[in-house]
Amino acid sequence: MIALNTVHKVFNKGKASAVTAINNISLNIAPGEFVVVVGSNGSGKTTLLNLVAGSIFTDAGSIHIDGNDVTRMADHQRSKWVARVFQNPLSGTAPDLSIIDNFRLAAIRTQRKGLSIGVTGNFREKVRQHIAILGMSLENKLEQPMGTLSGGQRQALTLVMSVMDSCKVLLLDEPTAALDPRSADTVMRTADKLIHDFKLTSVLITHNLKDAYQYGSRIIQMNEGAILRDISGDDKGRLSQNEIFNWFS
Amino acid sequence: MDFYLTALLQGLCFSGIALGIYISMKIFNIPDITTDGSYTLGGVVTAILLTHQQPVYIVLPAVILAGALAGAITGLIHTRLKVNPLLAGILVMTALYSVNLTLMGRSNIPLVGSKTLFDKLPLLADPNQNTGIILSMVVLLITLLIGYLLKTDFGLAMRATGNSETMIRALGVNTNSMKIAGLALANGLIALSSYLMTQFQGFADINMGIGIVITGLGSVIIAETIINWLRITSAWLSLALVIAGAIAFQMVLAVTLSIGVDANLLKLVTAVFVLLIVSLPRLSFNKN
Repeated sequence: MIALNTVHKVFNKGKASAVTAINNISLNIAPGEFVVVVGSNGSGKTTLLNLVAGSIFTDAGSIHIDGNDVTRMADHQRSKWVARVFQNPLSGTAPDLSIIDNFRLAAIRTQRKGLSIGVTGNFREKVRQHIAILGMSLENKLEQPMGTLSGGQRQALTLVMSVMDSCKVLLLDEPTAALDPRSADTVMRTADKLIHDFKLTSVLITHNLKDAYQYGSRIIQMNEGAILRDISGDDKGRLSQNEIFNWFS
Repeated sequence: MDFYLTALLQGLCFSGIALGIYISMKIFNIPDITTDGSYTLGGVVTAILLTHQQPVYIVLPAVILAGALAGAITGLIHTRLKVNPLLAGILVMTALYSVNLTLMGRSNIPLVGSKTLFDKLPLLADPNQNTGIILSMVVLLITLLIGYLLKTDFGLAMRATGNSETMIRALGVNTNSMKIAGLALANGLIALSSYLMTQFQGFADINMGIGIVITGLGSVIIAETIINWLRITSAWLSLALVIAGAIAFQMVLAVTLSIGVDANLLKLVTAVFVLLIVSLPRLSFNKN
């Protein structure tokens, strides 16, 4: 579903402060795979995710999503396949727009934003049903501005928003980093449920090794812009939490 | 009384500026001061076409298009060349001064002998009432159009562009094109405002746009203060308040003049008035 072919990325190229963020990485992610990426700060995890999302472009190599060469495509063009959840709960939603308006925009992620009114009675009902899954009793607050909700609520809603329109790839960039343990748990459970229910190919970046152990079908450890470990399938299942902890000692 | 009637009519003329500034400043979060140039441009195009006896269905689209073009250029400079939007606006505004002067060929074009919109539509016998009713209809029409637009999917994408750019890009919107479209729309409205004003006052002047941006800012800030006070979320009501703001702003100026303040001090009074409205919520907050 996602294929990276000898992808290379250098920041501040040609200057004294040049950093090789991604060093000739090749990576294939099969449809339905749930990849967890771990690694210390500066190992290139977020850069990798931004390259897949199209927020930044590669210096060399190519990127394919669902068989399409997206190497030169901007982030808003790749949104046809890719939905994202950001580390900062503020980035994934528009605070001054109501919940329903945010959901409307998410529901037409892959489509044209035209000159008709999309927030209809039917649409409201559909959103209400989707939000009810969260069990946060937000389904009766559709007109409330997104900014009045807590970080955990916003992050959970962002997850539901990502499956409002056809979605093949879900990119999660430390979605729980800014949340308290309980909200973090709710968000991770919701993410896991949606990924399974909608058979999404997903990439999760996390510093939480417990989540890395608990979730995902494949784990990748990055170091200095390269892939250090890549464990999938039954081998991932056999990993113990301690082993993952030991990678970082 | 005539004094206040004129202020009311001027306020209606300036509604387009208020809506334009509302779109660029409040919805897109871009401080756009192309306004001074695009307003004059609208007046210039109106005067030239009217003195060449062109019909309304040519003049009006031409004026809006001219304003939109000016806004789009500011948008292009800002998004494609990554120039600070304030500077981009200043550059276009400055350049437009020469463009306007060249188009006019002189510094003032009177509309003597040309039939204005108000002459062509004699709905009421009293000329002032006639002007009032026509202006009200035009303002109502554009308010309805903008209000509808903001509720559409495109409008939502517009609002999200100014509110959370990372989010709306991830949802498939090219924010650069959106900003260009937004600035075009805003300046189109500003030119429309000038179309009305030029016909109302009966001439276009090269200096008619100087400092006009403050009229829009003042109107929007009056509206904004009330919106925050009463916690209004309705888009329709917000737009109506912006229009009311434009009228209130002209009323305040009329009062200022009627109590005998020197007309030369009008811009100073305007600036102080806007400063007052901006700082009023904070001043009262400090007391608490």
